[in-house]
Amino acid sequence: MTTGFPTPLYSHAGRGDFRDVYEPAEDSFLLIDALEKDAERLQLISPCVCLEVGSGSGVVSAFLASVIGPSALYLCTDVNPAAAQCTAKTASCNNVSLQPVLTSLVDSLLPRLGGKVDVLLFNPPYVVTPSEEVIQLSTAFYLLLMRIVKDIVPFFQVGSRGIEAAWAGGKRGREVTDRFLPLVAQLLSSEGLFYLITIAENDPEEIIHSLCKHGLKGESCLSTRAGNERLSVLRFHRS
Amino acid sequence: MKLLTHNMLTSHVKGVTKGYPLLIKATEVKMNEVEFNPQFVSRMIPKLEWSALIQAAEELGHRQDLPGELVPDYEKDEEFLKMVHRVLLEVEVIEGFLQCPESGREFPITRGIPNMLLNEEEA
Repeated sequence: MTTGFPTPLYSHAGRGDFRDVYEPAEDSFLLIDALEKDAERLQLISPCVCLEVGSGSGVVSAFLASVIGPSALYLCTDVNPAAAQCTAKTASCNNVSLQPVLTSLVDSLLPRLGGKVDVLLFNPPYVVTPSEEVIQLSTAFYLLLMRIVKDIVPFFQVGSRGIEAAWAGGKRGREVTDRFLPLVAQLLSSEGLFYLITIAENDPEEIIHSLCKHGLKGESCLSTRAGNERLSVLRFHRS
Repeated sequence: MKLLTHNMLTSHVKGVTKGYPLLIKATEVKMNEVEFNPQFVSRMIPKLEWSALIQAAEELGHRQDLPGELVPDYEKDEEFLKMVHRVLLEVEVIEGFLQCPESGREFPITRGIPNMLLNEEEA
């Protein structure tokens, strides 16, 4: 195995100003492990532009930066303002340079990043939760409980911008991933690599098949079991 | 927000076709010392919209001697690379906003981070 790159410091995530930021968990570490496993391959590409969508605490990009070094631009997006600030803090704690942008997916970074991203990372909100349509139907049926439901419902809603944006994935846990997949082929450079975290419920085979139609070849490069979840890292490149 | 990041951002307000480059209205700008890495600068230059970088540097009063057009053989010109390094990485907009050149919509920059989020109606 490789001589191991240290895990970045991230203890500030999940507390104080950053209490609404997704604390690195098994999914984050699995993605880190996948990048560590691919360290040589990543270094060989000699990436220039790296982009992490939904950077959360920033720990994964900070790790990538420690593997690849300072000769690359590390852009990080997130919809959660606390996460964007946390990413900046994680960068400074770990002596790497990360550039956070507060935005949804990669809004405003296209067209400029078209064909330029050498390493693309996404640990999406993958948990299966009620989709927006289901929530609307439920509130229509349960009028008496509407006040209570309205309090609870945002917590499960896809499309929010707080901590639940980190994990609520809607139907099949795929609603956010599916909005992003069509953009991957636009973003990736000719030698670029895209890493995506999935759980079994997201139907990773279908994701691989779907991106194949966009000219991207994919496979599961690492997986693990965490509690009830069968987590996998899918890796894609241009075929 | 570094000018390198700014160079990659386009206004995505619905209906806007000329959303690049975003205008910069800065209320707080900081200079940070960043280790000079000529390889990084050399590799980023082809990915930049040069005129947008010049315009941004000018808006912030940091253009100095940067030429309006790229010099040939810049890879070997260390003085030139150092100038580019400074403008790309060492000038940071901490507070202010980016403005869509077509719609005028303002995107705030807070603690160095640009907020490109749109409301539902604008997306």
